[in-house]
Amino acid sequence: MGKLIDMVRQKFPEAVLSSHEDFGDETVTVQKERIVEIMKWLRDNEETAFNMLMDFTAVDYLGKEPRFEVVYHLYSVTLNHRFRVKAGVEEKDPTINSVVPLWRAADWLEREVWDLYGIVFMGHPNLKRILLYEEFEGHPLRKDYPINKRQPLIGPDN
Amino acid sequence: MGIGTDRKSIETALSESVILTQVDKVIGWGRKYSFFLYPFITACCGMEFMSVAGPRYDIDRFGAALPRFSPRQADLLIVVGTISHKQAPILTKVYNQMTEPKWVFAYGACVVSGGMYDNYSTVQGIDTILPVDIYVPGCPPRPEMVFEGLMKLQDVVQQERAAKWPRGEAPYKKRSLEKP
Ligand code: SF4
Repeated sequence: MGKLIDMVRQKFPEAVLSSHEDFGDETVTVQKERIVEIMKWLRDNEETAFNMLMDFTAVDYLGKEPRFEVVYHLYSVTLNHRFRVKAGVEEKDPTINSVVPLWRAADWLEREVWDLYGIVFMGHPNLKRILLYEEFEGHPLRKDYPINKRQPLIGPDN
Repeated sequence: MGIGTDRKSIETALSESVILTQVDKVIGWGRKYSFFLYPFITACCGMEFMSVAGPRYDIDRFGAALPRFSPRQADLLIVVGTISHKQAPILTKVYNQMTEPKWVFAYGACVVSGGMYDNYSTVQGIDTILPVDIYVPGCPPRPEMVFEGLMKLQDVVQQERAAKWPRGEAPYKKRSLEKP
């Protein structure tokens, strides 16, 4: 098993739900309640030292439980290694704690995920739409957003 | 503009009994060979517009050479490329700032109908927000098609009656958000 996965499993034995290292990319899936705590440890621990949030996004697995998955891509500038952390988010309660206090880069990335998937980030300092306009209804990258739905402000009615 | 407005008042005063067709003809002839473009370019069709405007195809041959980058000095709004919802208010603002008479040229499939972007972010044809005078489809249209469209527009302008102007503001209004 990968070195990073080992370390996380050792530190948070009950929070890690699954892990894999397909194609050499070490990945863990964790409980969403523990996300900030785990991320903070990954950032501050000397052997992991993930001081950079490379990317953050979400996936909609419509029909599965939990429906959404948020994906964090971490990179350590000092140690030159990468890690991927995932957490499931249910449709009934689409919320997760924000990691903006840990990485400022998360600010706009979390706003983008809120905008397009409708996942709420608790504790985000300024959670509003970033790509679409304020009056937009719905979250268009959800798989059940009708492809030819028209917005009320612009375009012909249907 | 001045002549057009005066002419309209004369025609209105004589209440349809006199029609000044010869004046219309001369004004139309003058207008159709002196379009001042405002190129509103947002996407890939812009590459083809460069070719249209460049020396090989040379839109100058049709008297429409000079792009103005102030809408107040332009009378032909050429909309080139995909228009997103976020951009729609900007486009209507540019249109409303242009002085009359003014014409709108829909350049490319995206502008005509939304093209292949039948989705949440794209305006499904700018005729939902502006009056459009000429539609040129194609993804992107060949310069020959653009000139065909331009010549058709010139024919329209030649036939126009002064009573058509002013056309007024763009019909697009931000709809109220309150549900009835
Ligand atoms: S019509 Fe085609 S070439 Fe023109 S802007 Fe749309 S996608 Fe691009």
